[in-house]
Amino acid sequence: MSTVARSSWLRDLVHKPFFWGLIAILALLFLNVLKDPNYLAVTVNPVNGNLVGNLVDILRASAPILMVAVGMSLVIATGGIDLSVGSVMAVSGAVAMVFMKNAGQSDSIGVALGAIGLALLVSAILGVVNGVLVAYVGLQPFISTLIMMLAGRGIAKVITEGQNTSASNEPFRWIANGFLLGLPVVFLFAILIVAIVGFVVRRSALGLMIEAIGINPKASRMAGIRPSGLLLTVYILSAVLAGVAGIMSVGTVMTVDVSRTGYQIELDAILAVVIGGTSLSGGKFSIGGAVVGALLIATLDKTVVFLGISSSATPAFKAIVIVVLCLLQSERVRSWFVQRRKPPQVQLDQKPVPSKQEVAA
Amino acid sequence: MTTVQTPRVDAPVEESALSKIAARMKRVVSSNPSVLPTLAAIVIFIVMVIYGEIAYGRIVQYNTLSNLLINNAHLIILAVAMTFVILTGGIDLSVGSIIALSSVAGVILANAGWDPWLVIGMMIVIGTVFGLTSGILIQYFNVQPFIATLAMMFLARGLAALLSTRPERLDEESPIRWLGEQFKLIDGEKVNDVVVTPGVIIALLVVLVAFFVLHRTRTGRTVYAIGGSESSSALMGLAVPRTKVLVYVISGTLSGVAAVVYTSRLGIAQNITGIGWELDAIAATVIGGTLLTGGYGYVLGSVVGALVLGLMNVLITRDGGIPPEMTTIITGGILLVFVLLQRAVISKRHT
Repeated sequence: MSTVARSSWLRDLVHKPFFWGLIAILALLFLNVLKDPNYLAVTVNPVNGNLVGNLVDILRASAPILMVAVGMSLVIATGGIDLSVGSVMAVSGAVAMVFMKNAGQSDSIGVALGAIGLALLVSAILGVVNGVLVAYVGLQPFISTLIMMLAGRGIAKVITEGQNTSASNEPFRWIANGFLLGLPVVFLFAILIVAIVGFVVRRSALGLMIEAIGINPKASRMAGIRPSGLLLTVYILSAVLAGVAGIMSVGTVMTVDVSRTGYQIELDAILAVVIGGTSLSGGKFSIGGAVVGALLIATLDKTVVFLGISSSATPAFKAIVIVVLCLLQSERVRSWFVQRRKPPQVQLDQKPVPSKQEVAA
Repeated sequence: MTTVQTPRVDAPVEESALSKIAARMKRVVSSNPSVLPTLAAIVIFIVMVIYGEIAYGRIVQYNTLSNLLINNAHLIILAVAMTFVILTGGIDLSVGSIIALSSVAGVILANAGWDPWLVIGMMIVIGTVFGLTSGILIQYFNVQPFIATLAMMFLARGLAALLSTRPERLDEESPIRWLGEQFKLIDGEKVNDVVVTPGVIIALLVVLVAFFVLHRTRTGRTVYAIGGSESSSALMGLAVPRTKVLVYVISGTLSGVAAVVYTSRLGIAQNITGIGWELDAIAATVIGGTLLTGGYGYVLGSVVGALVLGLMNVLITRDGGIPPEMTTIITGGILLVFVLLQRAVISKRHT
């Protein structure tokens, strides 16, 4: 591992796996600027001093995606997948809304905290089910979370009795719509949670152990890691983060739409992880990469709507991005490039770089 | 343990003595434990029929059973398609979306005055193209089946939304509707008739051809071999790359066929048609006894699985007391039970 000493920070950045994600965000923003030169303008609301603008909207929209993307990147690092995040979001949102509707008291902080606590608890229970099925029963992650994805939407519908449920609670609304220091609270929350998760997994051996399971579960057990407990933790964490995402996304409109809340967000999460440069076969993860990925997806969503394309068509664009990225990751396409380029600089040894500063990216 | 296993679907029906049947079953199961889930599916289907007949009545009669086939013809076709893919150890999540794209495109073309044969051909070819794309991505670019077909799922869904986001009605006079027309075979009293539609006949033909291909041809044996061990079958000189692409092409094409059958029956296509059908197809296949890890399974089992799901919907509707929201929970529960059953069978075989 002889990294060239004279490499500048720019070169470091270019070699980061999520570099192309950053480029893509800039390209999308540029596209929007072409349509409306004032797109990037961020103004200060004279009444309350909040920042207003498309960029702020993008940050706000990226918060739930950030949550599920971070959870998903840890799950994928263990060689698994969590398809149930969208359904867990719906369940968490449904629990919070029904609780607040029954509690009344539209400005009580206690009720808001109770709703959040209960929603996260229920999400954690769903995560326990996923984790036990994967870690202790030994089912394929794909199928156990698929079942949870099926059943989760049903559970959400049962909780709300099939209705879209609304409630009013100011403190709860503030989480999703409020501003702190001029920035959306929801984004600050998301970044804070991401920073905590990133700090815990990268400052302790936890991250390494998670990656070890993804590389080779048997070898990691021989090395003294207990895969079952760690797997369970990772699935619980993913579900709890999805629960947070659910609270964020129902909070914006204070309504849970059981069939739309979190619908297809698992694709967004997987996409964010892939954009972040994490291979889907497991064994490594990059929290910073997931953040870039989530921001890119939020930008893509907003761009598609801004350009006047039906928002139900966005999946097609995301699918094309996924296919292109998967192609770029594949050995065959890489070998084409290596042959074109004369110096055979094979960069197989891309160790996941500890990402402390990237979190703030 | 043999890698390539010629499956046996010999449910001993003719035996009169119950004990004899039990003994025979025991022998079949002990010689080949992987038939256990399929047998379980058949038993569950029979139990559901008996329970439904006792609890709600009017289940074991011509029109209910023919409607079961008519309403689930597309699901049967999808289950057959999924069986091919899962047998190789892969998965195809794009089937539901392909149906949406293919039906919306088909209805728009038919209403624009295209020749019906051409429209049907187009609908099937759309499926083939998507299947081929997934297959190439999976085989030649090493993309995981699950990711490649997920991408195709969203691509097809998005393209369908680009075509139209409103329900598109097929013209009343369109000849395509003939495929969904009901023909009486046996004229029972009142409405109790044996009825088939050309769609059902297409589904049955698909099942027969799939059965023949899987159990009587070299391609079929290669499909099972890939599921058993891909590297071993490659070393044995089997045509692994071609077959792997082929199963996704089959799956995509059959999704196109299912789109034709479904659209002709309903006469309406929409970009949100078929959400979650990939899960139904996977559930049908798994209930029917196909191992998700590949290598073991029966196409006829998948048909039983599809009928179990269809009958479950009938029973839930008849009951009226179960909220329709529970359907997905019940499907999920059944799927879970069967996956657990598979695990038990696998661990039994390894000891």
